[in-house]
Amino acid sequence: MSQDRLIEIETGILAKNDLYAQANRARLAERSILAVNLVSSPGSGKTTLLCKTIEALGGQPLGVIEGDQQTQNDADRIRATGARAVQVNTGKGCHLDGHMVGHAMDHLDLAPGSLLFIENVGNLVCPAAFDLGEDGKVAILSVTEGEDKPLKYPDMFTAARLAILNKIDLAPHCDVDLDLYEANLRRVNPGIEILRLSARTGEGMADWIDWLRAQLADKSAPEAAE
Amino acid sequence: MHEMSLCEGIRRVIEDQARKHNVARIRRVRVEIGRFAGVETGALHFAFDVVMRGSVAEGAELVTLELPGRAMCYDCMKEVEIMDRLDPCPTCGGGKLMPQGGDEMRIKDLEVA
Repeated sequence: MSQDRLIEIETGILAKNDLYAQANRARLAERSILAVNLVSSPGSGKTTLLCKTIEALGGQPLGVIEGDQQTQNDADRIRATGARAVQVNTGKGCHLDGHMVGHAMDHLDLAPGSLLFIENVGNLVCPAAFDLGEDGKVAILSVTEGEDKPLKYPDMFTAARLAILNKIDLAPHCDVDLDLYEANLRRVNPGIEILRLSARTGEGMADWIDWLRAQLADKSAPEAAE
Repeated sequence: MHEMSLCEGIRRVIEDQARKHNVARIRRVRVEIGRFAGVETGALHFAFDVVMRGSVAEGAELVTLELPGRAMCYDCMKEVEIMDRLDPCPTCGGGKLMPQGGDEMRIKDLEVA
């Protein structure tokens, strides 16, 4: 076979997405905006957690990108808190990608120093692979999902920087071993940070808010953060 | 996972390259898929045939090359190769393994018809 019949490429299949993600990351860095990509299975309580988080953050400028296959419901719930939200409907798609998030960022036009929450489509598989340009992924698990969830869907929990064990107010009612949840999370990602909270009762919320504020401080003073 | 959108990504790369190299037909596409990339090769082949219809790679053969899964063991601090995400460290038996590779999804090369 002559050499010109073989085209060497060595390009990532998601190279196009990665380019969009890099562009998003550069735009966010320019304005010291912290972007957090919230990932979970459907029904883990992401939107409730977000609404309570927005209330707890008080005057912090922020915006929310809501990803769902259909409906404006989640963006409506976020807007009811007074926050700015853009709903992205992915249609047939099972994840948000860098291109969609870039467009949504155009609509939000966030002020410098803002916090951007990206609520990904409820899905523990595909969103793990798609870089959106975020600073980190936060995986939300509810205590009703079963302690072996991290072992069943390791990709997502390996990609996440922080895992939130949500709905801990329900733990006494559902025979769940929270320590086993944590051990399984660390088994797939020894470096993961873990917080236990209940968005409904407010227990543990202060640690989450502190975590966000610490990340925001690092983002606006990047030279101090290594 | 999302094998259909992966194939749409492959199609975009192939079409860009075909234009660049002025190629009308692709006979074979080789992709490298890491063991931990979460890609189901059977589903990828199925989606590939569907997505390539009407492109320069319609009817092309898809060859998948598997790359090994690698992880850093936080107990013995060695980089080791593992077959399964949940395997213990083959060196020290430890259970704290951080994947270091094996999530690759790359198009290696195209064979022109």
